[in-house]
Formats: sequence, structure tokens, C-alpha cells
Amino acid sequence: MSSLSKLRVRLRVNGEEHEMLVPVEKTLLEVLREDMGLTGTKHGCELGECGACAVLVDGKPVLSCLALPVELEGHEIMTVEGLAAAGRMHPLQEAFADLGAAQCGYCTPGFLLAAKSLLEQSSDPTRDEIKDALAGNLCRCTGYIKIYEAVELAARRMRSGSETAPEQAVLYGR
Amino acid sequence: MAGDRHRIVGKPIRKVDGPSKCTGQTLFADDLSFPRMLWCKLLRSPHPHARIRSIDTSRARNHPGVVAVLTGRDLPIPFGILPVSQDEHALCLDRVRFVGDPVAAIAATDEEAAFEALRLIDVDYEPLDSILSIPDALDPARPPIHDYGDDGNIHKLVSLEFGDVEGGFAEAKEIIEGTYFYGGNTHLAMEQHAAVAVPEADGRIRLYSSTQTPHYSHRALAKVLEMPPAHIRVIAPPTGGGFGGKTDPFNHEIVVAKMALVTGRPVKICLTREEVFYCHRGRHPVLMGVRMGMKSDGSITALHFRTLLDGGGYGSYGVASTYYTGALQTVTYDVSNYKFESARLFTNKPPCGPKRGHGTPQPRFALEIHMDRAAERLGMDPAELRLAHLVPPGSLTANYLKVGSMGLGECIRKVVEGSRWKEKFRQLPHGRGVGLACGAYLSGAGLPIYWNNLPHTGVQLKLDRSGGVCVFCGETDVGQGSDSVLAQIVAEVLGIEPIDLRLVTSDTDLTPVDLGSYSSRVTLMMGNAAVQAAERARELLSSAVAGKLEIPPTRLVFADRHVFDAERPEIGMTFAEAVQTAEAKFGTIGTVGSYTPPPSAGRYRGAGVGPSPAYSYSAAVAEVDVDPDTGWVRVQKIWMAHDVGRSINPVLVMGQVEGGVYMGLGEALMEEQVFRANRNGVHKFPSMLEYKSPTTQEMCDVTTYLVEDPDPNGPFGAKEVGQGPLLPVPPAIANAVYDAVGVRIDEVPITPEKVLKALQAKDRRYGPADLPPVTWPPPLQVATPRQGGDGRAIGRAIGRASGGTTSTPAAEPARVDGRVTK
Repeated sequence: MSSLSKLRVRLRVNGEEHEMLVPVEKTLLEVLREDMGLTGTKHGCELGECGACAVLVDGKPVLSCLALPVELEGHEIMTVEGLAAAGRMHPLQEAFADLGAAQCGYCTPGFLLAAKSLLEQSSDPTRDEIKDALAGNLCRCTGYIKIYEAVELAARRMRSGSETAPEQAVLYGR
Repeated sequence: MAGDRHRIVGKPIRKVDGPSKCTGQTLFADDLSFPRMLWCKLLRSPHPHARIRSIDTSRARNHPGVVAVLTGRDLPIPFGILPVSQDEHALCLDRVRFVGDPVAAIAATDEEAAFEALRLIDVDYEPLDSILSIPDALDPARPPIHDYGDDGNIHKLVSLEFGDVEGGFAEAKEIIEGTYFYGGNTHLAMEQHAAVAVPEADGRIRLYSSTQTPHYSHRALAKVLEMPPAHIRVIAPPTGGGFGGKTDPFNHEIVVAKMALVTGRPVKICLTREEVFYCHRGRHPVLMGVRMGMKSDGSITALHFRTLLDGGGYGSYGVASTYYTGALQTVTYDVSNYKFESARLFTNKPPCGPKRGHGTPQPRFALEIHMDRAAERLGMDPAELRLAHLVPPGSLTANYLKVGSMGLGECIRKVVEGSRWKEKFRQLPHGRGVGLACGAYLSGAGLPIYWNNLPHTGVQLKLDRSGGVCVFCGETDVGQGSDSVLAQIVAEVLGIEPIDLRLVTSDTDLTPVDLGSYSSRVTLMMGNAAVQAAERARELLSSAVAGKLEIPPTRLVFADRHVFDAERPEIGMTFAEAVQTAEAKFGTIGTVGSYTPPPSAGRYRGAGVGPSPAYSYSAAVAEVDVDPDTGWVRVQKIWMAHDVGRSINPVLVMGQVEGGVYMGLGEALMEEQVFRANRNGVHKFPSMLEYKSPTTQEMCDVTTYLVEDPDPNGPFGAKEVGQGPLLPVPPAIANAVYDAVGVRIDEVPITPEKVLKALQAKDRRYGPADLPPVTWPPPLQVATPRQGGDGRAIGRAIGRASGGTTSTPAAEPARVDGRVTK
């Protein structure tokens, strides 16, 4: 049984305040998943290597497996559960779903949040900027291609404010 | 666009699970929690090979929070995926066979307490001589790891000859020889294996597990727990990637089920990433010797293939893997006479098993480099050489595989044209090159893992008077999109939308058996069962509706949630009304469909591995840059054409192709399971940081061509796509490296170090020198279809068994004339 001391922390997650007692060594990943029931945040290594557990802290991607809740009081944390608003998916979620950018879906929450951070800095990122922004996230299913295409599609839709259709070659090959 | 006459099949619609996976709603095994749940941890062996003298768990039992402790004695019955290799125990009984073999288990009220208690278990080990390489395993003086197998540490020995290979070599103008090595690598699915067992009040048990094969886990649980299968329910939640790594029944699944029975409480386990590396069951390292005889036009008169597989500590799928390193060489280019010799060795390393392509990427790597060598020797373009000798559609190969549709020629033409191959091959500046390679894969294994004459899959439909349809099938979505394939097919046949369906899948209590997500079987097999179930439902509805509308049933159209008269579309009813009409006439509406593959043609021992209802084909061109100063290889682009028969959903097919290219790229350039022989056989880098896999920075551009040559055995003509497109990637890259800088790298991964060594080598090559000596038994001889054979073996050749490394003609097995015996 863990004998380490517990701290009272106040966390703001997806716009909601949570106050709880957590062991000091418990990571944000564990608190989100085990104490708040926010299992949308995944883990692939728990060592900061794979990016599956990425969440946004004040809009920037942070690996929740390496973050301690006590450090995050007063900051705005967003998980994949906070991405959709009022039952409507974020354009990134729509585009990922449209293009099959989520295959097994396990790395998807981390990619979505890293991509959201990118699109907030750049509304029309180049393919290389997308690759750089997502370099810390591993995906074993897609080869990243449909993920790039989904980020580009979401960016296009967000810029135009309309439901732009994906290109034919993206959907059917050549 | 193919598929236009269908409303849903052939359309790039969203995966049915897309929105839930993009919003965090999908619950994977480790996302499940139950009241009073305990946490389980396994104590694993630090020794690669040791006898267990004793285990003392008393200190651990007294640790605060610990509720139960198990050792091998609590679960003494062996299990394993194949009936012929039931060589694993949930917890080792008296011997450990690799670093990571589990010996004891703790269940505690929290994960931390379980971790701490592991350190309080005292195991007294007597270390044994460990076998860590193929030559070690072939040394008869070394101790055997198992008390079964073909000889010493040779787990499985295979020797087959189709036709007259010596005669074939005698006819050949050129004989081309090569030795190749394919390094072992692992699946690295993003999700760590997890399982939760929940005891039910009446004594039954429920297991949620991240598995690709709930049916096989179900069987293993029933055997080891000595419970009726009907009292065990296995559910596979959506799996966070598998690639073959979750197709064995695993120790931890059995342990948590036992823990739940012992404690009466739910028990969860989630393996650490390090444990996942040790669980492995990944790509076998394979050493290969290839000898090929060709006429001057490039036709293959004889092919002699030898493979040595480093199997690791247990059988796993290894016997099948062994045969797979020989089976599919014949389905791409016509091979008149074929000889295959193979040995799988036990070593004290994590067990190898199936990874995407199961046993076929290794020989495909060798064969496709060999074809590149052959083209150069014959002065032919590698694409032209291949195109000239394709296996014709509708043929029977020398080893009795039935090839149905065969779109490889179209695949080659697509990538040759798309990549501007003819302008680039042997014409790019030094340091840049192109390489071409092909591949083929099964659309499902023709035979099940355990012998039975039952269907391989079943689909059950329940039609509701509301217009909704519930679809039950044991299939397991591991991300490849099998749920979507099921929904699209049923919706297409019934004229409704995928969202009108409720899918109930991969639950051994609720769903008809599907053997699992392996061997690329699901689209073809489940798809055919789904078509059958849906067509039967449509027949019932048609009969009732036609009676009511007073028109012949053949005139009815099912589309857009309506059933109507083709000649007068305004006459008809909604789908819900059609169900009500049928329900009023027949009672509750439910139908079933199932699928059993057609019988295979081979009747010889070993013929069970290789047959498939349909083969997919792929061709790739890779363009690479090689830095001659550093040896660094950068793949710029891969053009990949895949003959999928018919896309049920093209955007999902593309996703499989691109994912296959990615995984092939990783295997070609960087991924390798390495164990330190000088440090007790530990994994060199059991972490996602140090086990290198391609990130966005290494992944190349991909242009995908979907070739649709419908196969008569596939649902709507569909064949597989999940595994095949990986196969051409490593050899295409190796061939491109040769085109770029003129060195042959005959092994993967193709690291900068190997490229530099080859650039400095006299023979401009890096790769294994030779195969270690093996005493091969005389081959089982099978007359080919061209020789008038009937698929049965005609006997074993008499004469001395061949020894030595034997890639020279003199060392071929001597055979006496009139040599066959019954």
C-alpha cells in the first residue's frame, strides 16, 4: 500500500473545477484516468516516449504521464473529452473520422490535441509544419498519412467555415 | 469508379467507430473498471534459462494490500495456440525459458502494492546453459529447452520437394545463389496488453482482454481453468492495435481469470511497455539460403529455399510460421520445381510468432532481391522479368495453391508508370536509386488453427420492427475496420444505412464464432457470412412484401431504407414496414450466415499452410537517397499498388496500404528486437524511445494505387489488404539502395553501419555468409500438377540426408533413381 503523502489539489479540466486529494507521485495521466474517469487519455509507455497521453495545458501539448497535478494548479487542462463542444465534434475530430485517420484509435486523442495546438498557431500549416508538430506522437496503424491529410482537411474547413470535401485521391487512391 | 452500382459498398464512408474513437468514448480493455477491482502484477524471470528450485511467497502474502498470490502449481495445465505445441504454462512450473517468463502473480488492492509485493517473492533459481542463437540451437551438445520437438532444440523440421528440382537446375541456363537474413522485430502496438476478469455470482467468469482472437483465448481458458467453455465469457473490447501481437492466448489472461475465481473480485492487469517487449510473439529472425535456376528468358526452372527460424522459448504459432516461410514463394512468379527445407529452433528468448505478414515477409525479402539479381544477370529490366513470368489467374501452383484472381501485372504496371521507373532505373545520379519488388498474401488461412470441420465465421441478424437491425459476429476490430466492413455489407444488402445497425461483436457468449483477426481473413470470411445472413433476411422480407404488393419478389429493390417495386418506385414501403410485414407473416425475423473456405488441393503433410480462398498482390517502387559518406538511407517515396479485389471501403483500404508501407519501412531501416547474449539474454532496448520506429520525420511519401480485380471467392470480389502491402517494402528499399550506390544489403534492418561496411567490402555486399550446417531429412516428394500429380505425396526420397551448408550443387541431397517409396 502506498505510504506516500497526499496533497489537496485543484485542477481545471475541460472547463470544470476538480478538487481532490492525490498522492504526490501520482501523475496527471493517472489522476485523469483513475480519479476523474477521463479514460480518453491513453498511455503507451508511461515514460514520455510515445505521445499517446498528450493533453493540452494552456493550449500547449504536455505529456500527462510526466506531469504532476500539483504543478498544474491554476492552469487550463484540456483532454480529448473537452474537444467536442455542445455535442458537436471539433473540425479535427470530424476530419479524422472522415478520412479513417483513427484506425485502432489508441493514439488518436494525443494526435488530436497536438494538432489542435498547431492549428491555433497556424491556420494553414505546410505538410512539414504538420510533421514537425506531430513528431512526438507515435502511430503504428496509419503511417501518419491520413493524419496529415485530416489535419489539412480540418484546417481547410476551419478557414473556409464550410464542409469542404476531401480530394478524390485521398479517398480512392489513384 | 468500381462499386458505383452499389450504394454503400465501395464508398469511402466514415468508419462506424470513427466518431467514438475521435471523442475518447471508445473503451479499451484498460479503460474498464469495476467495483472492488484488484490489480494484478506478474513476477517475471530474470534468467533466460533456469530451473525453479523453490518459490517462497510468504513475505508477499503478508504485505499490506495483497489479497492473493499464485504460482505455477495453481495453474498446472499447459496451453498454447497450436494443438501441436501446448508448451506454455500460465505461470512457470519448474523451469523458465526466457527473460520475462512469468513465475508468480500478485493481486492487491492497488497497483503500487502489487508492484511492491513482487519484490517480496523469493525464487530460488538454478541457472541453466542458455541457447541464444541459431548456431547454439543447432549444436546437439547443448541442452534441449523443451522435451518435445523434432531433434534437440530443433522444434520443427520440414523438407518438401515439388517436382524434380535437380532436373530443373539441369535445365537452367543461370543458377543464382544468395544468403539472406531478416532480423526479428516486434509489433509495438500502441496499446499495452490489458485484461480484466470479472467473477459472476453464479460461478461463471467474464474476461475482457485486448486480444485479436477471443475464441482462442476462450479455448485456452477453458482448458487451463478446467471449466466448461459455456461458463466462460471472453469479450474483446476494441483493440488498440495488434499486428499479430495479440493473437496468442496469454499468461496474463489466464492468471487474472484465476485470480478473479480465487478472490471473488474483479481483477485487472495492464502490462508495462517493457513487459510487452518481452511478451513479443513477433517476427521470427530468419536466415535464408536461396538457389534459383532460370532459363535465359527468366523462367524459373527450379527454386530451392532454405530457412532457419530463431523461434524463442515457446512454440506459439511457430510450426505455422515455419511452413509460411516456404508456402507463398510460388504464387507470384511461375516456379516449375520447388524445394523447401526449414527448421525452427528453440532459443532462450521471448517467443516469436505472427507479425503482419506472418512468416512471409522474410522469404519475400530474399526472393525479391534474388529476382533483382536475376534480372541483372540476365540483362533484363526487373519489372519486365517479373511481368513475363507471372502465375496466370485460375492456376494451381507447384505446391498446390489455387490462385484465383491475380492482379499483380496491373500492380507492376501502375507503379512502373507512376514512379517513371523507366526514366530512373540505373539512370539516377550516384546516391539516389529506385528499386522494385512485389508480394502476395492470403485472404485468410484455408484451415483453422485446430482441426475441425466447422465454419470459420458466423453472422447472425435480428431484424427489429422499428427498422433497426442487430448484427452479431465474433469478429474483432483491431483498428483495421472490420466493424465497418460488416456494417457496410449488411447495410448494402438490406438497403439501409450503417447507422441503422447495432453491431455486437467479439463476445463469446453473444456472438457466433469468428476465429479472429489474423491471416487477413476477416473481410473475406466474415464478409461472405454477412452477405449470406443479409440475403436470407432480404428473402424473408421480399417474400412478405411481394405478397402484400402483389408483385414478384424479384422486382423488389432494397435501397434508401425502403423496399419498392423496381418498375414503379412509388409503390413500396419503408424498411421498417417491410420488417413488420415479414414479422406478421413469419414471426420474429432473424437469420444466420456462415463461411467455410473451399477445400484445398494439396494432400501432402504440410499442405495445410498456404491455401487461401484468394491471394492479394502488391507491387512497390521505392526511391531512396543513400549518403555514401555516412551510409544513411532516406526513403523519399514509395509507390504502392495493391490488388484488393474490390474495396469495400477505399479510404480504409488506403489506410491499410499506407500503414503497411509504414511498418515495412520501419522493418527495412530500423526496427529490430535485439537481445544481449553477453548480458543474460536481456532485451537491448525494451522501450519505445530506443526501439526505433518511424516517426513523422522518417515516414516517406506514399502514392497508393488500388487495383480492383474482383475475386470470385470474395464478398463483392474483395480480398485482403491488411498485411500484403508490407511485403514488397523492405526488398524494394534494398533494391533501391543497390541502384543508388551499388551495394547489396542482404539483411534487414538496413542500417547506416551495414551500408558503410558494404561500401568498403570487396564484394560490395553486407549479409550473412552462409547457413550453418543442418542435417536435412530426405524431402517428402510431391509430383506437381504439371507432372500429373494429384496433390498427394509420393513418398520420401531414399538416400543420405543432406548435410552441411549445401548451397553448392554437390551437396544437394543425393538421390537414387527410382527413388520414391511409399
